[in-house]
Amino acid sequence: MRYLPLTPADRQSMLARIGVRSMDDLYRDVPPKARRDKPVDLPSHQGELEVERAIGALAAKNLGTAKAPSFLGAGAYRHHVPAAVDHLIQRGEFLTSYTPYQPEVTQGTLEYLFEFQTQVALLTGMEVANASMYDGGTACAEAVMMANRVTRRSKAVLSGALHPHYAEITRTHAHFLGFKVEQPPADPEGKEDLARLVDADTSCVVVQNPNVFGHIQDLSGLAEACHKAGALLVVAVTEVVSLGAIEPPGAMGADIVVAEGQALGNSLGFGGPYVGLFATREKFLRQMPGRLVGETKDVDGRRGWVLTLSTREQHIRREKATSNICTNSGLCALAFTIHLTLLGEAGFQRLAALNHAAACMLADKLATLPGVSVLTRSFFNEFTVKLPKPAGPVVEALAKRGILGGVPASRLWPNEKALENLLLVAATETNTGADMDALAAALKEVLA
Amino acid sequence: MNVDPVTGTYSGNRGLQVEEPLIFEQGEEGRCGVDLPEPAKVASRLGNLARRKPVGLPGLSEPQVVRHYTRLSQKNYAIDTGLYPLGSCTMKHNPRLNEKMVRLQGLADLHPLQPVSTVQGALELIDQLAHWLKTLTGMPAVAMSPGAGAHGELCGIMAIRAALEHRGDARKRILVPESAHGTNPATAAACGYEVDPIPANAKGRVDLEAFRAKLGPDVAGIMITNPNTCGLFEPDIVEIAEAIHGAGGFFYCDGANFNAIVGRVRPGDLGIDCMHINLHKTFSTPHGGGGPGAGPVVLSEALAPFAPVPWVVHGAKGFDLVEQDPKKQAFGRLKGFHGQMGMFVRALAYMMSHGSDGLKQVAEDAVLNANYILASLKDDMSPAFPGTCMHEALFDDHFLKDTGVTTLDFAKALIDEGYHPMTMYFPLVVHGALLVEPTETESKDSLDRFIEVLRSLARRAKSGDAAYFEAAPKLTPRRRLDETAAARKPVLRWVPGSNTAKAAE
Repeated sequence: MRYLPLTPADRQSMLARIGVRSMDDLYRDVPPKARRDKPVDLPSHQGELEVERAIGALAAKNLGTAKAPSFLGAGAYRHHVPAAVDHLIQRGEFLTSYTPYQPEVTQGTLEYLFEFQTQVALLTGMEVANASMYDGGTACAEAVMMANRVTRRSKAVLSGALHPHYAEITRTHAHFLGFKVEQPPADPEGKEDLARLVDADTSCVVVQNPNVFGHIQDLSGLAEACHKAGALLVVAVTEVVSLGAIEPPGAMGADIVVAEGQALGNSLGFGGPYVGLFATREKFLRQMPGRLVGETKDVDGRRGWVLTLSTREQHIRREKATSNICTNSGLCALAFTIHLTLLGEAGFQRLAALNHAAACMLADKLATLPGVSVLTRSFFNEFTVKLPKPAGPVVEALAKRGILGGVPASRLWPNEKALENLLLVAATETNTGADMDALAAALKEVLA
Repeated sequence: MNVDPVTGTYSGNRGLQVEEPLIFEQGEEGRCGVDLPEPAKVASRLGNLARRKPVGLPGLSEPQVVRHYTRLSQKNYAIDTGLYPLGSCTMKHNPRLNEKMVRLQGLADLHPLQPVSTVQGALELIDQLAHWLKTLTGMPAVAMSPGAGAHGELCGIMAIRAALEHRGDARKRILVPESAHGTNPATAAACGYEVDPIPANAKGRVDLEAFRAKLGPDVAGIMITNPNTCGLFEPDIVEIAEAIHGAGGFFYCDGANFNAIVGRVRPGDLGIDCMHINLHKTFSTPHGGGGPGAGPVVLSEALAPFAPVPWVVHGAKGFDLVEQDPKKQAFGRLKGFHGQMGMFVRALAYMMSHGSDGLKQVAEDAVLNANYILASLKDDMSPAFPGTCMHEALFDDHFLKDTGVTTLDFAKALIDEGYHPMTMYFPLVVHGALLVEPTETESKDSLDRFIEVLRSLARRAKSGDAAYFEAAPKLTPRRRLDETAAARKPVLRWVPGSNTAKAAE
C-alpha cells in the first residue's frame, strides 16, 4: 500500500488526539447492517510489477493501430503527436492541478485555456469559444439545447449525414427535455436538402462538415435559409484537422460550431477521454455552456486571467443553470493547444495538406479495384466506398489479415440495409504508401 | 526599457518568477515546431471550398513551445507540489504507474470502432473494472459511459425517468437537499424535472420530517450525497430509502464522496437505486486543470435495463459490445463511443495496486486525516457541527467574527504560506464555509505543518491584523484579480494589437 503514508503508530496517536478509541468510532453514523469489518471479495493489493504485468497482458490481447495499417475514422482519427506534447502535459504542475478556482496560483492553467479559446475561435471562424467540453457528441447536444434557449423554439433539424452518435446523444436529451428532433434518412450521396425542413418552430439545423460520409459542403445557402426563418445553423466538425484545408464554418454563416478535438494532441484511446470544442458568436455568449476564462487585471494593474461568467453555471444558478456541466476536458485541451502551437500556421496547413493528399491517393488506388466505387466526390481525409458485398464481414476478413480497413457503415447504422455495402475509409499523415498498397491488395483478395 | 513599478526590475520578472507572454505575442510567421514532409502533388478534391484566409496561428519552434508551457506550468499549484485541501474535489496523490499503463501500446492506440474481435483485451478491462465497481458498491449493474461526475448524475436521473416512463408513471418532482452540489438540481432540471429542496437540520443532515412531508405520488426520486457535502454520513439513510421506495420513487445517491467509505460500506446495503462514482476522485486520475473525469453509474436490477448504450457483454465467443439495445429499453446514448477508457485504465491500475484491503485503508485514512485536522483546530477555528466528520472537515466563519477578516481573505493568506486554499463558501448551508479535505495520501507530518499554519493564521486574524489578510496574497505571480471587471466586459480571446503585457525581449 505504497500510496498511504500513515504508519500504525501515526494512526494510534491521531485517534488519541481525536479522542476516539478506534476507527469504528468514526463510522458510528453508518447503520450497523451496512458496516463491513472485513474487506470485500476482491484481490488484495499488488506491487507495481504485478499490476504492470496484468494490464500489459490485457493490452497484448488487442490489435492496436500502431501495429496494423489503419484506415479507421468516423469521428476518431489517428495522427502523429509530437513527443513534446505528452512530455509537457505530464509535468506534475499541469497534470495534478485542479480547476483554477484560485487564480493567483493557477495562472498557468488559466493562460493556456485563454490561448485554447483563442485558437478554437480562430480555427472555426467564430468570435468566442469555451474552455472545452466532454467530447464532440455531447457538445453537439449542448449546442442544440443552447439554440433552443436562444430562439425559444423547440424543434431541431439534424442532417441525416450527422455522425449517428452525435444524433443519438442529441435525441437522448430531446426525449427528456421534450424538444422535437427531425432527421431525414442517411444520404451517402450528399444531396439532402435540409432547408425545406426549416419552419417557424425550428430552433436550429445541425449539419456536419465534412459530413459522416466525407462530403465537403458549402453551407452558405443553408445558413441563409436558417437565418431567414429565425433559426440557428449549428455545424459539427468531427475531424478538426480539416479546418486547416477548408473554409471554416464561421465563414459560411454558422452560429454555433462544435467539434471533436481528439485529432490534435490526443490519442485514440478506444474512444475517450476526448475534447469537445464549442464556439459561437459574441451575442450568444451568455447562453454558451461550459467553462470560460477571461482576461482581467490584478490589484497591481497587471494582466491576468480568471474563470468568468460563472453566473450561468450550476454552482450559482443551480436548477436554472445553462447546463449541468461543471468540468471541462482540461488536460485534453492542453494537449490540443500544445500540438496546435507546435504546428503553427504553416504546420497546421501542411498537416491538412498531407492528410488530403493521402486520402486522394488512397481513393484513386481503391477505385481501380473491381466492383469498388468511391461515392464521395469532394472530401478531406475520409471518403465512402461502395463494395460489391456487405462491408462488415469484409472488415472482419481484413482484420484477420492484420489490416484495420475502415469503418463499415453497418457499425453506425446497424439496421439500414441500404448502407450495408458501404465502407468509410480515412487516411492521415500516418499512412504510408505501403499501408495503402497493403489495404488495396488485401481488399482485392477478400472481394475476389 | 522602463522599470516595472511593481517589481523594480526592467523585465517585470522576479527571479525565477518569469512573465510569460501569450503564444500569439511571441510567434513569427513561417516558423514551425514540427518537421512535416512536403505533401504530394494531387489534384485537390476540396470542391472549391479550400480555406481562403490564414487561420491566424502564431509560429513557434519546439524549444520556444517547450519553454512557454514549462513556464506556464510553474505558475500552477498542484498536488505534486503540495497539500491541496479542496473539499469536495478530492486532490490525492496521482500514481505515475497509472500514467504509464494508459499509454501502453494496445490501449492508447485503439480505435473505438475497430472490429470487436481485435479489442478483446480492452473489453475485458472494462468488464474487470465493472466487476470491481459492482463488488465495492454491492450493486448488480453499472453503466460505464458517462464522461464526468455531473454526466453520471444525468445518467442516473435519466435511468430513473426511463424506468418510471416504462411503467407509465409520469412523476414530476425530484427532491434535492439544500446542501447538495449545484450539479444535483441542475441535473434534475436538465432531465425535465421540477426541483423541490429539502432543508438541512441543525446537525447538517437531511431533515427527515421535512423530507417525509414532501413525499407524494408525483415524486420521482430523491438525490442525496452520502457522505454529504458537510462531510457527514447521513444516519437516516436507510429510513430515507425505505420511505422513497414506499412512495413509489427512486433513490439517487450522489457518490462524489465514495472515497470516504469505499471498501468499508457498500452503498447497495443502504437501499439506493443508483449512484455515480467519480473515478477520478475515489480511484485517482490526473485532474489536469479540472478534467477530464469519468462517472460510471451503478444501478439496481430495476434500473439496469434502462442503462444507456453501449454495454459490454460476455458470451460464448468472448466479449461483445451492444451498441443498439434489441429490446429498445436503453434510454439512448449519452456519450460518443464507449466512455472514458483512459480513466478506466487508471482506475483499474489504482484498484489493483490497493486491493480490497488497501481500499478499505484508503477510506479509513481519509477519514482519520480529516478528523485529525478537525480535532486539532477545534479551539482556534470553529467547526460547523459538533462531533466527528467523515473525510472532510467543515468550519464556518465564527472564528473570524469581529476580526474584519473574511473567509476569502483568510484563504488568500494561506496562499502566501505556500498552500492551496480549502474550498470556500461551500456548502451553502454554512455561513462562510471552509471545507478541508486532506485525503489519505497526506502524511501526519504534512498535516501537522498545515495545522500549525492554520492555527497561526487564525490567531493572527484574532489579533486584529485585518490589513495583512486584506492585502494577501503578496508573493504570487499575480495578486488578487478583478473578477467583476472580467465578467462585466468579457475578454475571452486574444485579438491582434491587444498586448498589454511586456513583450518578451
